[in-house]
Amino acid sequence: MNAIYSNPIPSRGWCIPLVPFALGCIALFALPAHGEQIGGTNDGLLERSLRFLSLSDGSVRMVVMGTLLMGFGCGIMGGHIVTRRLSLFGDTLSHAVLPGVAVGFLWSQSKDSWAILIGATLAGFLGVALISMIRKTTRIRQDSALGLVLSGFYALGICMLTRIQKMEFGNQSGIDKYLFGQVVGLSESDLWTMLLSCALILLLSVFLYKEMLVTGFDSDFARSIGLPVELLQYLLWLLLAFSVITSLQVVGVVLVSALLVIPAATASLMTEKMDRLLFCSALLGCAAGVIGSFISFLGSHLPTGPLIVLVSAAFFLVTLLFHPRTGLLPQWLSSRGSDRRILRENTLKAAYQELEAMDFKQEIVPVSQLARRRRISMPQAYREVESLVTKKFATIHSPAGDASLSLQPVLLSLTPKGWETACRIVRNHRLWELYLTNEARYAPDHVHEDAEKIEHVLGEETVRRIERILSNPRRDPHGKLIPSQQDIDRGFVA
Amino acid sequence: MTDTPSPLEIHDLTVSYQRKPVLYGIDLVVGEGSLVGVIGPNGAGKSTLIKSIMGMIPHNGGWVKIFGKPPGKSCSRVGYVPQRESVDWDFPVSVLDVVLMGRYNHAGWFRRVGKKDRRIACECLEKVNMLPFADRQIGKLSGGQQQRVFLARALAQESDLYLMDEPFAGVDAVTEKAIIEVLRELKSQGKSLVVVHHDLSTAREYFDQLVLLNMRLIAVGKVEDTFTRDLLQKTYGGRLTIFTEVADQSAGIREYDKERRSVSSME
Repeated sequence: MNAIYSNPIPSRGWCIPLVPFALGCIALFALPAHGEQIGGTNDGLLERSLRFLSLSDGSVRMVVMGTLLMGFGCGIMGGHIVTRRLSLFGDTLSHAVLPGVAVGFLWSQSKDSWAILIGATLAGFLGVALISMIRKTTRIRQDSALGLVLSGFYALGICMLTRIQKMEFGNQSGIDKYLFGQVVGLSESDLWTMLLSCALILLLSVFLYKEMLVTGFDSDFARSIGLPVELLQYLLWLLLAFSVITSLQVVGVVLVSALLVIPAATASLMTEKMDRLLFCSALLGCAAGVIGSFISFLGSHLPTGPLIVLVSAAFFLVTLLFHPRTGLLPQWLSSRGSDRRILRENTLKAAYQELEAMDFKQEIVPVSQLARRRRISMPQAYREVESLVTKKFATIHSPAGDASLSLQPVLLSLTPKGWETACRIVRNHRLWELYLTNEARYAPDHVHEDAEKIEHVLGEETVRRIERILSNPRRDPHGKLIPSQQDIDRGFVA
Repeated sequence: MTDTPSPLEIHDLTVSYQRKPVLYGIDLVVGEGSLVGVIGPNGAGKSTLIKSIMGMIPHNGGWVKIFGKPPGKSCSRVGYVPQRESVDWDFPVSVLDVVLMGRYNHAGWFRRVGKKDRRIACECLEKVNMLPFADRQIGKLSGGQQQRVFLARALAQESDLYLMDEPFAGVDAVTEKAIIEVLRELKSQGKSLVVVHHDLSTAREYFDQLVLLNMRLIAVGKVEDTFTRDLLQKTYGGRLTIFTEVADQSAGIREYDKERRSVSSME
């Protein structure tokens, strides 16, 4: 049961966002030079946050718009590619577009966002085509092909950009911002290209939702109902390229893939439905964009792009730890809770067995006897008994009146609630043993171990069914009495 | 030729993977309301046959007609159950989502599935006893349950010809029984089914016609005529060694040819 419920994302998937997280950390300390302040005045913290939140400043508005659109586009496209296990494709594409950025720059002789968009898209497609060509015609596998194209194109891009910077029109434009990203450099036409790519992505996700769903889940079936699977795949890559290219200026080549992967991975921890996943992913992307740029605006010399990635990774970490259903902490708490319950139930069962050994003539059990039966030390036995007392399953007395002096024998007596639970556990155990021997044909000496586990998880409903099948038995395979409802009411077993 | 074209007609179908032939000259006609089992050893090309009928694998010779039309033109009349291994079970879709995929063809491009489609999908889930699991993520089912969901999706397609690739592979006895009942019901409604099957011990009981396949067509016809010692021996008792050797060689020759050509063009 646990095994199938445990991990909603592919097993190694959760590691992926940690890499950009680490990169972000490094960038934060190593690249302060690239972190130019948005609107570079030196006001107090409160004034700065007011300036940011009121959006009165034109440059702040641009930044907020830009990071919002970027988070939205990357969030949705990330949702598509992460669920299709194409995360590395996003990374490769972000590097492969770099020569195209340079070509677009050379072509327009300035930093024209449309020329760069076209050039970069073409380069991206060249990269994708190269990958599929390598895969089809050679024995090289996909991961190697991705690595090959990624590094090759990236190196080419850096060479070209460095060369351009040395030209007379190159140095004033700050084209190296594409490597590390700088949100301050956003122009109005950059925002328009972002808006266009987001609009296309939204259209794809709404109107081609079911087509994307079926091609992602089962491409053979999609082909069988006549969908042009390859065409849809290229459409996906085109929009992925758009969102990557328009985000380059904000976060840079290296960190773009973080924005694709982290929000989507976070969302896949939250839900298992595609529509909700895309929605959450887009929302997380937007939130990370705005909060990241807000923090960068507040502090001095804090780079915006890496901060956005860090905020995104923080969201992931929080979800990983605290999500009510899949979070590690709630899971740990609930498993610890059930561990403790099982421990209490075992102590109660031991108390019952002690009472049974005395033919229910007494109602008190010395703790030392309990320790012997449970094969645990006295201090341990006291801890278990204490936990019973706090949960009101039992009370303790000492004949000498002072329980804290452990020289005196401490006696335990069960409350009605404790008696009922003890009876229930013993009944579950013995019924299950009987069921295994009579119905499942186990040998009587093979059933105890199994019953030790099953006794804690049998529900009332199952117990009733077993009783019916076995026609309300009184004795277990070892001849011991099975406590019944009357015994619980009466307070002893007869 | 009769007036109504038969659901499936294959003539001299030849398919190869990377120049190595896997299917040779297959001729097959499937009539209306027939339940046909395709059996043969591993690597006999059973899945390839199904996929090339659907047009997913290009063939290098012969033709396929589905209700008298080429495969691409009659998608809405063909239901397909792929092998269970072919999909990503971690994908974020629920059981109902998967069954609704069977209705996509009816909904058309850009449109969402409607209420009627949902109702039909639920009915199909009910038929395979999977309705209680409708909201469950598809990966959280057992193998047999997943296969039943696939079957429900095929039912939701409301097709006239069904092609199923190993629907009985790795399922429990209850599921196997449920699946064969659904198949028989479909057959009684006049639909045609072509089912790839791997278990010889049940083949005789499940199907009324058999296709014995081992790279080429060994036999086709009623179970009584085809499920014979002789023919099974022929199907499973080793490949025709000379046949495959020559096939390998011919693939090699063509590769060699190409290499020589590219070398000479460089010179």
